[in-house]
Amino acid sequence: MASVQEKFTEMTWPSSPEKATLEAKNKFLGFWFFLGGETVLFGSLFATYLALKDKVPDSSHPLAKDLYSMDLTFAATMLLLTSSLTSVYAMYHMKNFNFQRMQAWLLITVLLGAAFLGLEIYEFNHYVHEGHKFTSSAFGSAFYSLVGFHGGHVAFGLLWILSLMVRNAKRGLDLYNAPKFYVASLYWHFIDVVWVFIFTVVYLMGMVG
Amino acid sequence: MSTYAHKKGFGATIWDYLTTVDHKKIGILYLMAGGFFFLVGGLEALFIRVQLAVPNNDFVSAGLYNEILTMHGTTMIFLAAMPLIFAFMNAAVPLQIGARDVAFPFLNSLGFWLFFFGGVFLNCSWFLGGAPDAGWTSYASLTMEAHTHGVDFYILGLQISGIGTLIGGINFLVTIVNMRAPGMTYMRMPLFTWSSFVTSALILFAFPALTVGLFLLMFDRLFGANFFDVAAGGNTIIWEHLFWIFGHPEVYILILPAFGIFSEIFATFSRKRLFGYSSMVFATVLIGFLGFMVWAHHMFTVGMGPIANAIFAVATMAIAVPTGIKIFNWLFTMWGGNIKFTTPMLYAVAFIPSFVAGGVTGIMNAVAAADYQYHDSYFVVAHFHYVIVGGVVLALLAGTHYYWPKMFGTLLNETLGKITFWLFLIGFHLTFFIQHFLGLMGMPRRVFTYLPNQGWETGNLISSIGAFFMGIAVIILLINVVMTQVKNVRVGNDPWGDGRSLEWAIPSPPPFYNFKQLPLVRGLDPFWIEKMEGKTEMTPAEPLGDIHMPNPSFLPVTISFGLFVAAFGALYHVDGKDWALPVLFVGMGITLISMLLRSVKDDHGFHIHKEDFENEDKGGRA
Repeated sequence: MASVQEKFTEMTWPSSPEKATLEAKNKFLGFWFFLGGETVLFGSLFATYLALKDKVPDSSHPLAKDLYSMDLTFAATMLLLTSSLTSVYAMYHMKNFNFQRMQAWLLITVLLGAAFLGLEIYEFNHYVHEGHKFTSSAFGSAFYSLVGFHGGHVAFGLLWILSLMVRNAKRGLDLYNAPKFYVASLYWHFIDVVWVFIFTVVYLMGMVG
Repeated sequence: MSTYAHKKGFGATIWDYLTTVDHKKIGILYLMAGGFFFLVGGLEALFIRVQLAVPNNDFVSAGLYNEILTMHGTTMIFLAAMPLIFAFMNAAVPLQIGARDVAFPFLNSLGFWLFFFGGVFLNCSWFLGGAPDAGWTSYASLTMEAHTHGVDFYILGLQISGIGTLIGGINFLVTIVNMRAPGMTYMRMPLFTWSSFVTSALILFAFPALTVGLFLLMFDRLFGANFFDVAAGGNTIIWEHLFWIFGHPEVYILILPAFGIFSEIFATFSRKRLFGYSSMVFATVLIGFLGFMVWAHHMFTVGMGPIANAIFAVATMAIAVPTGIKIFNWLFTMWGGNIKFTTPMLYAVAFIPSFVAGGVTGIMNAVAAADYQYHDSYFVVAHFHYVIVGGVVLALLAGTHYYWPKMFGTLLNETLGKITFWLFLIGFHLTFFIQHFLGLMGMPRRVFTYLPNQGWETGNLISSIGAFFMGIAVIILLINVVMTQVKNVRVGNDPWGDGRSLEWAIPSPPPFYNFKQLPLVRGLDPFWIEKMEGKTEMTPAEPLGDIHMPNPSFLPVTISFGLFVAAFGALYHVDGKDWALPVLFVGMGITLISMLLRSVKDDHGFHIHKEDFENEDKGGRA
């Protein structure tokens, strides 16, 4: 088993650095299990949203079909899906021991994620002005909880990837930090998959009424 | 408690336990904290039975009774039974699979401290305006109407300790998948390891549902959301579903490790291989799977309709099949065995009829049409105490006696152990058997008193007397523990003489690195195989080499303490107190800064070099 402090070159770098040590294997598997738990977490939030969709106190409150717009959510979806692709490029360069390019692609990923978050904040602000608030109806509570939990995950993912980039900027790749980059990218993909479901279940199904 | 600890000062020992990442010491911490909360929950149970001993009693008021009843259930499930199960998982599982530690030693410690601070936070409610009073299920229709902070203590306390439990579950899943010794295939794992594995998977998939439920409740109570406010479009049934999607797997989270402990005990003291090992594994996995399919049998009377009720009724009855497989396998393990009736074995034998009685009433409750009659009556109270006390608590007491030598290096006194056993068993049946009939005679659960001349007086008095038998049994156990530790008669590797799995092949308590050389596992019951070939220890699977060990850390305590502080801020923020928001930020700051410290400071652990093992034999530390 390779040592975590060993110095590598492009030639000696293992082909799957995210699973090259026992610690890395544990981290890799443990994170997949964690994502299994997160699936149940979001599943519960989706179920709650579906049960409370369009449940409002009186007819003065806007419903899903009055609120959602395709332009905004389509743009947000494209931003987040592209960020998933760029994080794949980052991991490609990580596996090829190209630290600078990995950092560059991670930076692009972070920028795309931040743009997504910006759109989401704009969207929430817009809805609040239309009378769709966290505290105004059960529909509002369920909507902001589900989409907000996802947004919170995006924000946490941004901080996570950024702190990994800053922390390791000077020392490059080794078998201690390679699995950390890898599970952060797994997390980023998971957030993306959840968004695909939010786009479908919340926005598309919301727009058809 | 180890000889090593005795050589150090008191302060140094405390510091050692605060910073430890060693699974054996974390097991001891879980045992002490879980044991403490078990005593607290037991006292609450005694108060309940004193209040109900005679009709029209005024030992406690109606409001206080609701608080005691809620805290009894919550404490026993979340703060006593689960931590005690984690105590044995920590003490035994890494040893049983031949590992030097768990997969995530730091997270193991973090899981314990989160549970501990969550439990302390929940119990702070007693001194800060009153405990939660909406039942351990805290149905939203009750919690939305609760006007003290009790329920908020429940929400935040369980949220903190729940994170700890989830972390523990992931840790054991990865440990069992990745860290088994050479030759330890899945189908050679001891049954306790198997049941810990399935339980950890249940924790992973069940707890997030509770997390979400608690979040929704917190949003409603503290942040003005409307999930459960019917006037704003909310629906209180959502809480019931989320709670039981967690809550039903939870009872299997508790009972499967109990099954595992008993499987070990039956095989050891019958001096036979466990009968039907593969069917036991299959039944364990199947119970775990079906455990997720039956949550709505707690909600037959909600009005889900006949089709939903029928599906959940049939699914519930199906669980009786794998459970029956297990019962017969245990009986056949004893059949023709050379049985030794030690204290753990007495518990195991008594467990079978007690648990079967609870299972039979479970099938009765599963009949949805009949459940309308049993629902919310003492019949249900009798049922779940038969499975939880007759199953889980008997297993925890058996496990305490069985694993004590491996955890502390001393053997609990067998005579006192048997006295504890008989008092507890008699007290248990005395308390709960009669409650079946009280329920059938119409006594509802959760009432703080009742009127005379309904035919309930004798039954309630008998039940209350039984509770004191159990109380005395636990006191004798405590005396036994103190006496045993004061006498401090050290025992060898295999104090029961018939140990079958790997933990009995190494010293009691094991050195901090567990195995000097990883053992070679050649079949089920690996140590027994070696013994049958006349050997006294395991064949090593590797030459003597350097061992990598993790560093101790104080950060798990500070991370958990930060959340503990922040929870007070969140709780009092709703009262408009000026200091609440700063406290929330300070608490979260402590947690986040501790997490940041953990991230930026590389922790590579340390190595024990093979040359140091000679010093180790002389008592020094590597």
